[in-house]
Amino acid sequence: MAHHHTTPTLNELVSGVADRLKTAGTGFYLMVFVSLCMVLVATGLGLMTMFKGHEAYYNVYREVPWGILIAAYVFFVVTSTGLCLVSSIGHVFGVKDFMPIAKRSVFLSIATILSGFFVIAFEIKIPWKMAIYNVISPNLTSNIWWMGTLYGIYLAFMFAEYIFLLLDKHRPAVICGFSGSVAGIAAHSNLGAVFGLLMGREYWQGPYMPIYFIASAMMTGCAVIILFHILGHKVNNEQMTPDMQRALEVTTKIGILLITVILFFTTWKLIAGAAGQPGGAWPIVHSEVVGHHAFIFWFFEILMGMAGPLVLFILSKGRDMKLMLIASVSMVIGIFVMRYNLVYLGQALPVYYSLGVNEFKEMLNYFPSIYEWIITAGGFGLTALLFLIGEKVFDGHKVEEH
Amino acid sequence: MNTDKDFSSLKNEGLENVSNQERRDFLKMGLAITGIFAGGTLFSAVSTFSRAHASDFAKKYPYKPHYSMVMQQHRCIDCERCMEACAATNNVPNRPGNYRTTILEKETPDAIGGKLEFIPVLCNQCNLPQCTRVCPTKATYKDKTTGIVLMDTKKCIGCLTCQLGCPYNARYFDEKNRHAVDKCNFCWDTRISKGEKDTACAQACPADVRIFGDLSNQEDRIFKIVHQIERPVWVLRPESGTRPNVFYTKG
Ligand code: SF4
Ligand code: SF4
Repeated sequence: MAHHHTTPTLNELVSGVADRLKTAGTGFYLMVFVSLCMVLVATGLGLMTMFKGHEAYYNVYREVPWGILIAAYVFFVVTSTGLCLVSSIGHVFGVKDFMPIAKRSVFLSIATILSGFFVIAFEIKIPWKMAIYNVISPNLTSNIWWMGTLYGIYLAFMFAEYIFLLLDKHRPAVICGFSGSVAGIAAHSNLGAVFGLLMGREYWQGPYMPIYFIASAMMTGCAVIILFHILGHKVNNEQMTPDMQRALEVTTKIGILLITVILFFTTWKLIAGAAGQPGGAWPIVHSEVVGHHAFIFWFFEILMGMAGPLVLFILSKGRDMKLMLIASVSMVIGIFVMRYNLVYLGQALPVYYSLGVNEFKEMLNYFPSIYEWIITAGGFGLTALLFLIGEKVFDGHKVEEH
Repeated sequence: MNTDKDFSSLKNEGLENVSNQERRDFLKMGLAITGIFAGGTLFSAVSTFSRAHASDFAKKYPYKPHYSMVMQQHRCIDCERCMEACAATNNVPNRPGNYRTTILEKETPDAIGGKLEFIPVLCNQCNLPQCTRVCPTKATYKDKTTGIVLMDTKKCIGCLTCQLGCPYNARYFDEKNRHAVDKCNFCWDTRISKGEKDTACAQACPADVRIFGDLSNQEDRIFKIVHQIERPVWVLRPESGTRPNVFYTKG
């Protein structure tokens, strides 16, 4: 591993990248190809639905206007914020154990938020108008406005931070990292408030929503850090340094703590929902726990997203990479479904349910269309693509000792 | 109803000697006075009226004219002429889920006589609209003069947050004509601003269900209906706190 003490010239950088790309195996190129295809297909279909109108291609409708693409957006921005926050523990707040994961995590937080913007662009009907009217006609009481603006600022800081990390300029990197974390937390709590402050949507409503979002962001951050650091070493065919192992061990411990916190939150949300019966969120909580949504909830959100990984993380002691890999993959899938549940279930109870009218006696159904699935997959493809390219271009995001 | 139980748990009120029927009647009276009827789904405007005085109305109905609508629910026969008139007047696409107003159907199987009721719904032009609060670009806003909640279609980015925020399912995205969210605006652009006195739906209704008017005008028919005490007057989903301007009455 090369320790540069002077900033390398552009030529050196380019030839280094070229070398690494040349030596990469077919497996690497196959993965690049697959993820690139996912992105391209999603972009093509997304643009088509945008111009021809979503109605014909998406399964969202008047009463359930937010579908899997919003869930995917929430998933990606939650992941990004989590990566930013967990990685800042090290290089912003100076906890040495976390230093080795800083660079890759910051890079991934950029990759995931770009994936979030990618999917949301295909769910918002007229995304380019957002760029104009968010600026010239801002509504300061709108959480969506704040969230969009703050995530924009956040992205800029994360970019700057990564560049300073690359240039080995520690102080400005710390300043940007800190500002990015602040913007990220603010943006993120506004995302929570988008749901939490909607009156008349009992399943979402509640002041704890922003806190829940931050805690679950950090939980997701831990899972993704573990996942991509293990994958990164596989992609680069490298052994983990003891420092890196130590960092993942600590991340696992924090992950265990946060899973416990979110399990606690979830339990209380269900109890609160049940206590409100027969009105309020009760019909939703009922369908989530024992009704038609129960399998999805118990299997994906609880078992794959939290309980399973919790056990595996504990068993791994933060050292058994195989168990940790399985746990983090399972967690990513489970957490994605968790976002889906949040978005869908909050809309599942018709607003006129309590009126007892024939039109709205049942819970509302929604299942994504093939187009919505493909575009969602494109978001994951984009993260994978950026990750793979990043590993080669930035040489495994190595962090130098100071 | 567990309210009976609550009553019997009260001691030394002389309730032992009161029959159940009397208790219920008394209870109903109490509910009518407090203005909450049938478990909070009905809300009588009477109570606010009896506390308020004529001089308070400007404060209570802050717009001039304060447009609103009363539905004489018992008269609705579900002929849907209002829906047709609305769609024709306001260029509402003929697509599933695209409507500004609709008629809901409520069945009471063990009722004596008629078992079906029809409930017309539209945007309630809320005094505290949630749609305008959540909109990132002020594409939807409350008109300062009339209180009507309007759309500035060019600013709508189609995030649909307003659709989720609306407690009355009053909004839909019009992909055909407007490329923006659309909703009832009491025919503001198509009729009322041009000097017409009635909305298209109110005019088309053969059964005099929909009464449109100015709630800040004590001579207006709508003012008189909302402020009488012989018939119940309520709004839908008062618990959502948006202070709607569409009232319902029957009997
Ligand atoms: S869909 Fe349009 S009107 Fe509704 S909140 Fe979004 S920008 Fe505002
Ligand atoms: S009924 Fe819905 S659309 Fe109409 S003003 Fe109220 S919140 Fe807005």
